Amino acid sequence: MTELMPAEGVFSLIWVLIALPLAGAAILLFGGRRTNSWGPYLGVLTVAASGVIGVLMLLGMMQNSPEQRTYGQTLFTWVFSGSFQADMAFQLDQLSIIFVLLITIVGTLIHVYSLGYMAHDDNRRKFFGELNLFVAAMLLLVLANNYLLLYVGWEGVGLASYLLISFWQHKPSAAAAGKKAFIINRVGDVGLSLAIMLMFVTFGSVGFQDVFGVADQASEGTLTAIGLLLLLAACGKSAQFPLQSWLLDAMEGPTPVSALIHAATMVTAGVYLIVRSNVIFTAAEWAAVAVIVVGLITMWMGAIIGSAKDDIKKSLAGSTMSQIGYMITAAGLGPIGYVFAIFHLLTHGVFKAGLFLGAGSVMHGMNDNVNMRRYGALRGVMVITAGTFIICYLAIIGIPPFDGFFSKDDIIHASFERSPIIGILAMLAAGLTGFYMTRMVAMTFFGKARWEDDAHPHESPKVMTIPLIILAIGATFLGMALVYWGNIESWLEPVTGVETVELALPSWVYELTTLVLVLIGAAIAWVSYARRDVPVEAPHGSWLTRAAREELYGNQVNDALVVQPTYYTSRLLVWFDNKGVDGFVNGSAAFVGGLSGRLRRYQTGFARSYALSMVGGAVLVVLALVLVRMS
Amino acid sequence: MTTFPWLTTLGVVPLVGSVVVALLPRGRGLLAKQVALFFAVLTLGLTVAMALQFQGDSSEPFQFVESHPWIPTFGISYSVGVDGIGLVLVALATTLVPIVILAGWNDVDEDGGRGTVKGYFALILVLETLMIGVFAATDVFLFYVFFEAMLIPVYFMIGRYGGVQRSYAAVKFLLYSLLGGLFMLASLIGLYVVSAQLTGTGTFDFLTLTGLEIDPGTQKLLFLGFFFAFAVKAPLWPFHTWLPDAAAEAKPGTAVLLIGVLDKVGTFGMIRYCLPIFPAASEFYAPVVIGMALIGIFYGAFVALSQSDMKRLFAYSSMSHFGFIALGIFVFTSQGQSGSVVYMVAHGLSTAALFLTAGFLMARHGGSSAIADYAGVNKPAPVLAGFFMIAALSSLALPGLISFIGEFLVLLGAFERYLWVGALATVGIVITAAYVLRLYQRTMTGPVKPELEGMHDLRGREITALVPIAALTIVLGIFPAPLLNVINPAVDRVMTSVGATDPTPTVGLGTTVEGTDK
Amino acid sequence: MNPSNYVVLSAVLFSIGAIGVLVRRNAIIVFMSVELMLNAANLAFVAFARMNGNLDGQVVAFFVMVVAASEVVVGLAIIVTIFRTRRSASIDEPNLLKY
Repeated sequence: MTELMPAEGVFSLIWVLIALPLAGAAILLFGGRRTNSWGPYLGVLTVAASGVIGVLMLLGMMQNSPEQRTYGQTLFTWVFSGSFQADMAFQLDQLSIIFVLLITIVGTLIHVYSLGYMAHDDNRRKFFGELNLFVAAMLLLVLANNYLLLYVGWEGVGLASYLLISFWQHKPSAAAAGKKAFIINRVGDVGLSLAIMLMFVTFGSVGFQDVFGVADQASEGTLTAIGLLLLLAACGKSAQFPLQSWLLDAMEGPTPVSALIHAATMVTAGVYLIVRSNVIFTAAEWAAVAVIVVGLITMWMGAIIGSAKDDIKKSLAGSTMSQIGYMITAAGLGPIGYVFAIFHLLTHGVFKAGLFLGAGSVMHGMNDNVNMRRYGALRGVMVITAGTFIICYLAIIGIPPFDGFFSKDDIIHASFERSPIIGILAMLAAGLTGFYMTRMVAMTFFGKARWEDDAHPHESPKVMTIPLIILAIGATFLGMALVYWGNIESWLEPVTGVETVELALPSWVYELTTLVLVLIGAAIAWVSYARRDVPVEAPHGSWLTRAAREELYGNQVNDALVVQPTYYTSRLLVWFDNKGVDGFVNGSAAFVGGLSGRLRRYQTGFARSYALSMVGGAVLVVLALVLVRMS
Repeated sequence: MTTFPWLTTLGVVPLVGSVVVALLPRGRGLLAKQVALFFAVLTLGLTVAMALQFQGDSSEPFQFVESHPWIPTFGISYSVGVDGIGLVLVALATTLVPIVILAGWNDVDEDGGRGTVKGYFALILVLETLMIGVFAATDVFLFYVFFEAMLIPVYFMIGRYGGVQRSYAAVKFLLYSLLGGLFMLASLIGLYVVSAQLTGTGTFDFLTLTGLEIDPGTQKLLFLGFFFAFAVKAPLWPFHTWLPDAAAEAKPGTAVLLIGVLDKVGTFGMIRYCLPIFPAASEFYAPVVIGMALIGIFYGAFVALSQSDMKRLFAYSSMSHFGFIALGIFVFTSQGQSGSVVYMVAHGLSTAALFLTAGFLMARHGGSSAIADYAGVNKPAPVLAGFFMIAALSSLALPGLISFIGEFLVLLGAFERYLWVGALATVGIVITAAYVLRLYQRTMTGPVKPELEGMHDLRGREITALVPIAALTIVLGIFPAPLLNVINPAVDRVMTSVGATDPTPTVGLGTTVEGTDK
Repeated sequence: MNPSNYVVLSAVLFSIGAIGVLVRRNAIIVFMSVELMLNAANLAFVAFARMNGNLDGQVVAFFVMVVAASEVVVGLAIIVTIFRTRRSASIDEPNLLKY
């Protein structure tokens, strides 16, 4: 296990990273109306300041040798009882810093973008407060040095996600979507809770250092159980099968939220959790296999859903599911894949944020219409949005030299190193990515204009386009930078370990095959959606299209298997409580009441009858005494 | 250690306050409220002063001890003292009383005709005295006296100042509690007799009683009497049905004191009296109690899911939470028991937040507590909705709030001892989230009901009442050491007296690896 | 004279009183029968006191007399009031105090 370095110099500011946005959230949410005017700017500033500290920390880290890049900071003992102890303590290492930078830098860009996007919303201050809360919770999640504190961040981001999905609370659909997201995430949280408990019972600690230090001494069964529980948690947060159904509904939230939380950062927390716990998954082979299976299933589900949805945000959400499926798959591959899971997470965070913000910019110009069938030919009126969107599009489908090419290719490589089946599935899904993303670009920016009558598309203001441009630049160069200039593999090696296996064929064969598949997918989409006219009303479609539009019946399955039985049980118990338990209580009361009602009849009101019974009683007593005396 | 009689003073101050309030002339409602608030705040100040002198690491079982003979013939004395558990619960009571007074400022008016304004506030103060007494008593008989006496003010608070069905609810509450108390009285007398047989002189002194080696068969019998009283009070499934009625008919402030503090006497009694005095019986009945607790957790949550009345929903949710508390106590691990005590405090705070916020909401709409009467409140009253959200999150034990620490420790404690029990109980957190958020969704979000348009938001007094609760919920969630520091030693003593030890981890940390499951 | 005769007399008087209470309707007569029973009891007390040679019974007899006197005051007042409102001294008629 790596030694913890004391947090000195810039590293003594680890807690400030979290405290800044948290303070921002507190001021904005509790400050009330008087912060309305300057609040949003404060929200941007706190995140930007955290970003600056993050960059300084990265620079500080680079000056140390790779073994000395893990810094620990303990503030105070948080929860303690008996032998249980969890500290309010942070750990900054090569893995955390990547997340810190992703969260704060992409977060800052999205905050800035929101200044424009939410300019006309009455509750703008609240929006920025909740966005700041999210950033703080997400930073806590990646900086915690033990699982219990991680759990706080884990639920904190869930809370922020809930609040922001249902930000437009007056819409019942938004309120319902937020609730759904929270409750499904809670199912995942059960997994995380139980994993933490099992760790404590097994290792006597929930700290990362302690647990990973002795993990190999536990039985494989225990480790598999912990691994599967962590996977359940990851499924909830990262919208992986079978807990995927909340993510598409989550698109009810404002678009910057979808970009930051439901594309770039929060939904990748599951990947972080698995990679962070790599010691456990490496030792528990079957848990890792389960991770791969879940990843592959979701990779395909997301791609299929993304191919059929006409709602641009939901189509992107399907794509997010699919891309996270890639990351999860990579994380399940073991040391050959951990690094690439994080690499893809990073590039995906950048280009997907760009895509979502681009979609938001399009919606901004189209009266918040999300139906791609009413778009078309927008490249002329939204030059910057179209340009940046297309760059991010090239990145996601994996065209060299954009960043998605490097990261996705690495994952496909690693998959083939593990097993050809996984490799082929991942490769084919890349082809599907080419299809649905091209479909989206073609329907939105090319073809004929199918705008609604009152739509007057226009380019967004600079405050929105500049973040787009920055993200597009990131999507262009980040991949190259991390492969050629700063080697991400050797950077993460101390945390995750790196392993390579010799492949049967030279690597360019895989790269070329993937590229050809992507191009075939793209070409099919181009012919179908750019060359031909797109009907404004969705055609009936094949059974697969209809199933994909229904999100592969995930909601129906949940409803039939969980929701309806729950309410049925609930109503049954209410009935039982009223008639059974309370019925018994009230029944015994009624019995006593009824009995006394009968007895009451003997109070006739005739004094002489009372006297008679008194005499009778006295005679009985005397008789009894006499009898006792005589016997 | 000071010799100042802290606890007696603490108990006398609100009593004096209630007499003063009761003696005020009838028409001076405002003055009565001000005087009541003054005495409540004074008590709170004294509590803080006392708590600051409490020594967490003291080797004495009780601190601030006072003892005077009361009925020497039967070994009954006026003995008070607190350990960490008692201290936090006393503090909970004295914190909630001023908040309730402030929040219930306009809950009763002279025109209502049933009871006077001063009467309500005098009753609250009397109740405060009794609550302090019940948590501070170290003589079992004295405890019993306070335990039963508490029923009287609550009976009047529900029966006089409650809603339409108030007398039904009040009588049901009174009879149910009296029935429980009766069994306890029988056990109490039995305990006295047993102590007389074992030591020669009968006693009700708690510490002497814990030292007795009572025959297990007798223990099992006596335990039942105490436990039944506590199970009714707490309330555990299936002795809960008085609670929804009482909660639904009571004023929000009454409900807060009833569920937030009074019901804690049940769980407090279990950890303070049942476990140390009857260790063998506690162990014997633990599976039964755990079963009841588990049923309660799910039963309460499921029933809460379909409630159409807010107050009844809170009552059933409390029942579910009491399941967690009882579970933590009877798994015999230090995490479980510490968690239970933290949970009691957390539940007091979250219940207070829920009932008071809901009360403010209801006061704005003719006192209706039907969920269907509200929708979209967030729009006209965002501050109210915000507090409601915090209360809801506290109720569902969001990590970072005090309730999470309680709930997690309870679940961890249960999981350590009985893996499947802990795992099963953990699933309960999903349903909790479901009913809490469903309530929020139905009342606070969506399009505003036309009749709620223009509803005014929370005002200064109401915000002042809620802010301390919210602040405590958040601050103690991030920094619970002040609580855990005093609770843990007390729990350790309970564990020692029961003779239980925590299970050791299967893979030793840093020490020799035993690897039992390898 | 044999003291047990007094006891027998007391029993006879008590029985007469009891039967009087049971069979008569006029409140005044019933009342007098009650007095008769009280005095029968007094007689028994005194007789037993004499037989056992201590004064306790005689003391109790005085107590009974005091109680009986106060009872007469209250009882007669009630009877008079009832007679005034109902114009009747029958004790079967005022049966308002029933269930």
